Amino acid sequence: MQASARPSVPLNLTPNAPAPGNREPQAALAMRMNISKVNFFYGPKQVLFDVNLGIASGKITSLIGPSGCGKSTLLRTLNRMHETINNTRLDGEILIDGQNILAEDVTALRRRVGMVFQRANPFPKSIFDNVAYGLRINGSKIPLGEAVEKSLRNAALWDEVKDHLHKSAYELSGGQQQRLCIARALAVEPEVLLLDEPCSALDPISTAKIEELLVQLKQICTIVIVTHNMQQAARVSDFTAFLLAGQVIEFSTTPHLFTTPSDPRTEAYITGRFG
Amino acid sequence: MSLRLRWRKQLSNFMLAMTGLCALVTVGVLFFILGYLVYHGGTSINWDFFVKLPAPVGETGGGMANAIVGSAKLLFLASLLGVPIGVLGAIYLAEFSSPTPAFVIRYAADLLNGVPSIVIGIFAFSLVVLPFKQFSTLAGGFALGLMMIPITLRSTEEFLRAVPRALREAAMALGASKWKTVATVVIPAAYRGILTAILLAFARVAGETAPLLFTALGNLFWSPGWRQPTASLPVMIFNYAMSPYEDWHRQAWAAGLVLLGLILVINIVARSILARGMAAPRT
Repeated sequence: MQASARPSVPLNLTPNAPAPGNREPQAALAMRMNISKVNFFYGPKQVLFDVNLGIASGKITSLIGPSGCGKSTLLRTLNRMHETINNTRLDGEILIDGQNILAEDVTALRRRVGMVFQRANPFPKSIFDNVAYGLRINGSKIPLGEAVEKSLRNAALWDEVKDHLHKSAYELSGGQQQRLCIARALAVEPEVLLLDEPCSALDPISTAKIEELLVQLKQICTIVIVTHNMQQAARVSDFTAFLLAGQVIEFSTTPHLFTTPSDPRTEAYITGRFG
Repeated sequence: MSLRLRWRKQLSNFMLAMTGLCALVTVGVLFFILGYLVYHGGTSINWDFFVKLPAPVGETGGGMANAIVGSAKLLFLASLLGVPIGVLGAIYLAEFSSPTPAFVIRYAADLLNGVPSIVIGIFAFSLVVLPFKQFSTLAGGFALGLMMIPITLRSTEEFLRAVPRALREAAMALGASKWKTVATVVIPAAYRGILTAILLAFARVAGETAPLLFTALGNLFWSPGWRQPTASLPVMIFNYAMSPYEDWHRQAWAAGLVLLGLILVINIVARSILARGMAAPRT
């Protein structure tokens, strides 16, 4: 990782205070993305206030907080999906591997930073065409068949669909559709995968499959997940950020945040006193 | 049961009966027209109607082959003008336009849709017929095409807007540009709807008479090429029904039946295309 990925950082840009006994040497923690001093507005309404976060490479970072705290908005700024909504404004700096994402070509950025949405949203096309979509529109030269198989394997869906790749994606179950969406995002080999409450519409078994999958996916990409489900954040993620009213209240290693939160508001939230 | 309650129940029953009756009348009118047309047209229609030219005044028999071909040519021209403009305009309106121009375009399209068809006819007359000093198939097709534009535009727009935002986001999150998203995801997802919109606009103008009266005019013979006056089914019905000849009345009924049959078939096809499923994700 480039040294420039970690400029003179504010204190909480990297996860602070790891749990005792679980102390990782901070210098060894490579950052894939750095968010610094981000303020975000929908029209006149400010929804993110001075957000600073580091997204560790090859790890899972989860964003938790009550509805409307800005966690989905923060996630969407990471691949500039906020620009698809009119009248939004982003101040501050978001770096990926040291480069400012706002200066990059937006389509190139979104290939590097993929996204999976709350509701499975496969295209009205075949399973194969769904996964191949990103490769086709980017004019990729890699053989489609191999790439599609690899992505479906990575999304733990290959064995279930390999005999009917040309069936409509809508014939899959909800959980399979969501894994298809993950496969579709993985096909363009993103460095970072953003997931916006990917399991909120799924049953516990499908949820478990996706959680298992996410842990495996750490090998090939960096993951940021927004979740409403605190158990989920505790199970899968390495780092957790707690947001409240557009501000990062606490950012730490997951065990530390859930066992010994340093801010009373974090404790109140994770013990279920609000949210 | 108190008096008041009984009164309320009776009023309720009365109103229910009235609404039911009015609904029945609506359906009844359609079936009455259909029955009347089938009765008169069905007894008059024969093979000659489809393959022969109109018979000269005084002779019986003959058909409207030239009017059937003429209508086909007019509708072809109208689609050539109305479909691309309507569909592409709708894509701009639904996908690219910002709110203010969208409002203006939509409003203009609705106004154009409300312009009486006879006025469209005068417009086409002064724009296409007068400069060339010639009634023609081109002028008629132009007039019908103008009428197709707003109908195609507005319904195509509705179908494009019905494509869920989630699909657009999925494409854009994979690095697709706006144009690519529209071309590879939104239009394929809405194509059944777009096809339906085109067919319904087509069916709508197929029966128009007024815009053709002084553009395509009419013709008792074949109309070669595009620059001659041409016969068409609706105008033929108008002329034949106004005539004093019993045999022509008979043929007007037959023409009416054929026209209605055509429009009915187009409507049924359009609806079945749509019923086979708008491509929309499970929710």
